Amino acid sequence: MAIPKVMGTEIEYGITVKNDRDFDPISSCVLLVNSYREDSTAKILWDYDQENPLADARGFQVEGEKYTPNQQENIARNKTLANGARYYVDHAHPEYSCPEVTNARDLVIFEKAGERIVELSRREANRVLPPGTQMLIYKNNSDRKGNSYGSHENYLMDRRTSFKQIVEHLMPFFVTRQVYAGAGKVGSENRSQPCDYQLSQRADFFETEVALDTMVKRPIINTRDEPHADREKYRRLHVIVGDANMSECAIYLRNGATAIVLAMIEDGAIDRDLSLRDPVKAIKEVSHDPSLRHEVELQSGRRMTAVQLQGEYLEMAQRYATGRELDPGAKEVLAYWERVLTALERDPLELADQLDWVAKKVLIESFMARKQLDWDSPQVHMLDLQYHDLRPDKGLYYLLERQGKIQRMVTDEEIERAVHHPPEDTRAYFRGSCLRRYGAEVFGVNWDSISFGIGDEPIKRVLMAEPLKGSKRHVEELFRASPTAAELVKNLKS
Amino acid sequence: MKILTTPRHSEQEHLRFVAAAESQQQQKRGGGDGGDEGGKGSGKGAQKLAKKGEELKEEMDALIDEIDEVLEENAEEFVKNYVQRGGQ
Repeated sequence: MAIPKVMGTEIEYGITVKNDRDFDPISSCVLLVNSYREDSTAKILWDYDQENPLADARGFQVEGEKYTPNQQENIARNKTLANGARYYVDHAHPEYSCPEVTNARDLVIFEKAGERIVELSRREANRVLPPGTQMLIYKNNSDRKGNSYGSHENYLMDRRTSFKQIVEHLMPFFVTRQVYAGAGKVGSENRSQPCDYQLSQRADFFETEVALDTMVKRPIINTRDEPHADREKYRRLHVIVGDANMSECAIYLRNGATAIVLAMIEDGAIDRDLSLRDPVKAIKEVSHDPSLRHEVELQSGRRMTAVQLQGEYLEMAQRYATGRELDPGAKEVLAYWERVLTALERDPLELADQLDWVAKKVLIESFMARKQLDWDSPQVHMLDLQYHDLRPDKGLYYLLERQGKIQRMVTDEEIERAVHHPPEDTRAYFRGSCLRRYGAEVFGVNWDSISFGIGDEPIKRVLMAEPLKGSKRHVEELFRASPTAAELVKNLKS
Repeated sequence: MKILTTPRHSEQEHLRFVAAAESQQQQKRGGGDGGDEGGKGSGKGAQKLAKKGEELKEEMDALIDEIDEVLEENAEEFVKNYVQRGGQ
């Protein structure tokens, strides 16, 4: 029986400072992240002791140096938020990792809350920048000059499921889900075939099928084995193949459909061999064909379009769902998945109000027609970038949303609440609530631990190896009985 | 009546874009789960259709005007300078 698909996303944002000739991304990121002020979480460390990004899911440890910053640098680069998220500087990008959630709809809410948090800090940061300059942030994945930055998804999986099975059954799904999850891009890069417009921001950057790397020679399936949970029981599938979506519908279906397919893999419910002859080639072919008519080649010699291949997964999922208790919300995901594939088959333009790549394409083509521009025009490239601009008054995605040309999946009130409050049904609730209640005494945090420094006592680390424990239901009573951090630690020990 | 100067296929896309948004709003109002898009252009007379087409065109024009207002000036310089360090 598949385990609940606890999930989350990590978004690296693009950053620049307009009119600043000496723009330095790292100091700009540090300024940005530190411009987000939340009560009492300013001096908390990120706990690197628990991290191990060099462990490989295929069962070995890769040589390399583990990153551990000194205390001052640690605090300057890392913020843990009261909504359970981590907001930090990763290399030369600001990154927001949302708290753990149990379903795709909550994922949309908490990923969108991240956009607001970054935007709030951007506005604060701009107050201290020299007049005439302005910090700008983009939720996309490429500068269109061959540099890419990621948006990663994470899913909790059962350790007993072999990694080989995951790779085999996931590869064709990952190559083709961009038909709804692509964020759209003008042109191509990283030495892939020239094109006017493509479905995905990221497809051009995948050069191998399976590997541990995330920054060079990127793999379609990443093998990082860092569960941030009980490693005997769980793995965390670290997905690097996706785009940073603006559209709520695309975020919802991207995570929702993936979670269902992963549960099916755990339950051995994928009974069709859909292996592709050349996944690395196919992911680019699919991306470069907005007509969705291109047929990819399977190992078996069969050929089918990306939408048809997704349809195969959908059919298996519908059969899997029959008479079975699924994760909350999974039935709604299935229904929406079917509607989207049906519309894509008929005419992708029907989804101009739901999917990023279609919305952006229609917007750009309309603009081009009116202004007599072609795909090489700088204004067209600007439209592509500005679609992802986080400023509510300038970002073109938000403009479409404001004009009612984009369907919503969640409400502004839900997103606003998620800026300040953690999800209630995972350990993120315990993490976020501890920061809110005992912030001054929280010493360090990681996904699976939180440590307290109370007076002169030695640091006490509370381990959270179970992602579903620490929910409101589990700890509400404990919090009520623990007005102070000292009492919390005492009550936890007893 | 105004004469359109945009290429034919793009003009059609304008119309479809807005039509999709409109039909979606209708779905939202009905609270239904959508899917079926029957009744498109169900023959209420050519005049009415032409009027509708014109309204849609105006709506799209308004959107493009608004984009014009917010689009970064000096696009060429801006996109040239937008260079990121590679991330994950």
